Amino acid sequence: MNLIERHVHGRFERAGRTADERLGVMGGIKWAMRYVFPDHWSFLLGEIALYSFIVLVATGIYLTLYYVPSDSQVIYHGSYPLLQGEQMSEAYRSVLDLSTSVPAGLLFRQVHHWAADVFIAAIVLHLMRVFFTGAYRKPRDLNYFIGLTMLMLAILEGFAGYSLVDDLLSGMGLAIAYSVAMSIPLIGGQLATLIWGGPFPGSSTFWPRLEIVHVLLIPVALAVLITMHLAIIMRQHHSQFPGPGRRERNVVGTPMWPAYALRSIGLLLAVAGVLFLLGGLVQINPIWQWGPYHPYLSENGAQPDWYIGWLIGALRLMPNWELVIGGRTVIPNPFWGGAAFPLAVFGVLFAWPAVERRVTRDIRRHDLLDRPRDRPIRTAIGAAFLSWVVIVFAVGSTDRIFYRLGVSYTTQIHVWRVGIWVIPIVVFFLTRSVWRSLQQSGSHPLRAWQGEVVRRRPDGGVDVIAESPDRSEPERTEPPVGTVPGREFRV
Amino acid sequence: MSRLARLLGFLVAVRAAARAAMGAAADRREPRPAPESDFDPRKRVVPSSRRAEAAVAVLLLLAALFGVGFTVIYVGLGADTQLLGVAIGGALCLLAAAAIVAGKMVVPQETAVEDRGPLLDEQQIETVVEVIEAGAEGISRRGLLIGAGGVAGAALVTAAATPLASLGPTLSGLHLTPWARGIRLVDDQGRPYLAQDIQIGAFYTALPEHSDPEAFGAGLLVVRLPANFLHLPAARRAWAPEGIVAYSKVCPHAGCAISLYRYPTYAPTSQQPAFTCPCHYSTFLPGEGGRVTFGPAGRSLPQLPLMVGSDGYLHAAGPFHEDIGPSWWGVHRSES
Repeated sequence: MNLIERHVHGRFERAGRTADERLGVMGGIKWAMRYVFPDHWSFLLGEIALYSFIVLVATGIYLTLYYVPSDSQVIYHGSYPLLQGEQMSEAYRSVLDLSTSVPAGLLFRQVHHWAADVFIAAIVLHLMRVFFTGAYRKPRDLNYFIGLTMLMLAILEGFAGYSLVDDLLSGMGLAIAYSVAMSIPLIGGQLATLIWGGPFPGSSTFWPRLEIVHVLLIPVALAVLITMHLAIIMRQHHSQFPGPGRRERNVVGTPMWPAYALRSIGLLLAVAGVLFLLGGLVQINPIWQWGPYHPYLSENGAQPDWYIGWLIGALRLMPNWELVIGGRTVIPNPFWGGAAFPLAVFGVLFAWPAVERRVTRDIRRHDLLDRPRDRPIRTAIGAAFLSWVVIVFAVGSTDRIFYRLGVSYTTQIHVWRVGIWVIPIVVFFLTRSVWRSLQQSGSHPLRAWQGEVVRRRPDGGVDVIAESPDRSEPERTEPPVGTVPGREFRV
Repeated sequence: MSRLARLLGFLVAVRAAARAAMGAAADRREPRPAPESDFDPRKRVVPSSRRAEAAVAVLLLLAALFGVGFTVIYVGLGADTQLLGVAIGGALCLLAAAAIVAGKMVVPQETAVEDRGPLLDEQQIETVVEVIEAGAEGISRRGLLIGAGGVAGAALVTAAATPLASLGPTLSGLHLTPWARGIRLVDDQGRPYLAQDIQIGAFYTALPEHSDPEAFGAGLLVVRLPANFLHLPAARRAWAPEGIVAYSKVCPHAGCAISLYRYPTYAPTSQQPAFTCPCHYSTFLPGEGGRVTFGPAGRSLPQLPLMVGSDGYLHAAGPFHEDIGPSWWGVHRSES
């Protein structure tokens, strides 16, 4: 130890003493520094979501300093020439001014918008990882429910955020949201007028309400749920994939200090860096091109942000069924696509752990993850369900497909109304058989193959012409074909 | 199905074999030992080298340069959005690279094993339950206290929720429109429409004169149809003077403004004129009283009766005879 190192060492010790005398935290800090993170790329998806949330909060605080939540109509005389003299709401003007006149304002707004898109994408990918590896099983089912709740809140939060702008595109989205709220049987009218403070486009109290929901209520709820999510992970420790030395009762990986902390900070900075590059270089939601919202105007070829795409797809795909009894519209059409469909999707996701427990009668605690092939039936059900949602999502872009490729819009809708039921079934059987054969062959679609390639000689013998580089790793060879997910237990 | 699966399996095998044959699969993973339960994966390597440390230092200094660049661009170069993004994004990415290089090549690399420990502890559950129950020791009328507490709680929750009633609901006058007999149709600049200005093949957005254009039901679609496309229900024959018809612009499906008008360009093959909503592509026939021909809308587009005044301007000949806007529980449907 040289002089400087000794000096630093002394500093650290004094700081530690100051903290420990008052808070008694050194035991906890020691535990946290030795906390072990299993190394697998798929574990980073959740971290990307967390770090996007941090970027969202940071850029969002900046945006609130400029936003005016008011629908008072004003005449625009700002710096953007093409909207001179237009009538618009104060809310829209404030975001327009932020984008065109405040230095770095457009950068922060675009970073915020990109971060929202990445945030929700990372959550969805993280959810897929959790589903296909069986990470939602006991004891992590609680945390899985918290994660699903956060996904719902995140979608709501994103929608509220871009609706605040009051441009033509988002105004159309609000009209649809209002119609979906109205369409809820029995209580729809009361609910929608309660939220909007009266019939659409709502009273002037609607805008401050929407802002408080977007900048306070949902973000605080998300922050609380994120804290719970992480606290539960730390209490239970991370799950891990099976491997040498990895057992149900241990965690093998990199301790927090120093290597993992540095890598994770690196990921935080990389997420922020990529989001700022996107925000600076790749235009997103150019609100000055949409213009201000008026209820009597709309824009053709309108597309929402990607995470609303599945809902617009469901609204478009639905045949024009309404339940009318005695002249009363008991179930108006937007209810099916706008409310029933997302409720069904989240209902299935929330119910899944209990359904699987009931079918497999497996109530044990699981800390080792499955590979998707280990449970071909679960993987096939997940893939089929995913394809069901993805098709509906794709239907959201039918008008763009018509515009770009000339395929008739009505034809597309008629085809998808059948495809939505046929394709998931095909996907189920296809996935199940492919994953079963992968399970039997022990090969990996992305990794080196285990085995050798032989050529038969004319005399009947064989020559080995190629051999996989690593044959020492014993793969799990027992073929549990026909087993129900989770019924048997292997390390 | 199994044939298809075999085909896919075969493709995977061929790809793997090709990679193996070309040596592309020179996987640098160490041969992993069998996952016996006594295998200990613990290891610790100290990889630091002067080169890696220098690389981290260079990355950090470059990040500082980009960071300074941000301020310079903000203050001196007109705060160009693209340059600002490159500067701060670049600074963050360089910092990220520094942290990751440091995390992988400078600090000790360690694979550690941590015990997970049990979550469930039967003993503790029993103790906690006992402690809770000990708190009720000696209480003789437990049921009464719990019941009274429940009543008090319910009353307080109700009291706390009551002020929500000041938010509404405000259902009265839902989706009323300003349209009534005699109101003139004007464009978005407030200029009244002359009947003779309405051309076949074009569509016009009309608003009520001297009325709030931001009201939900204010907007109208106005088109002129030749007689061969005009097949209104008998009761509405008088609603279309000179073949001019007007409909609510608000889609009865989900409330968007209808803004697409299909008009035949080549009569022998074209379909009849139609309005289409750009949100979910509900399609309505203006020649048939707004009947739905395609898309998710569950009811017809509400029609407004028109008349041409003695001055030649277009006027409403009455209010809407059914509710405009999206459907809901209380909507009045006109099934004509």
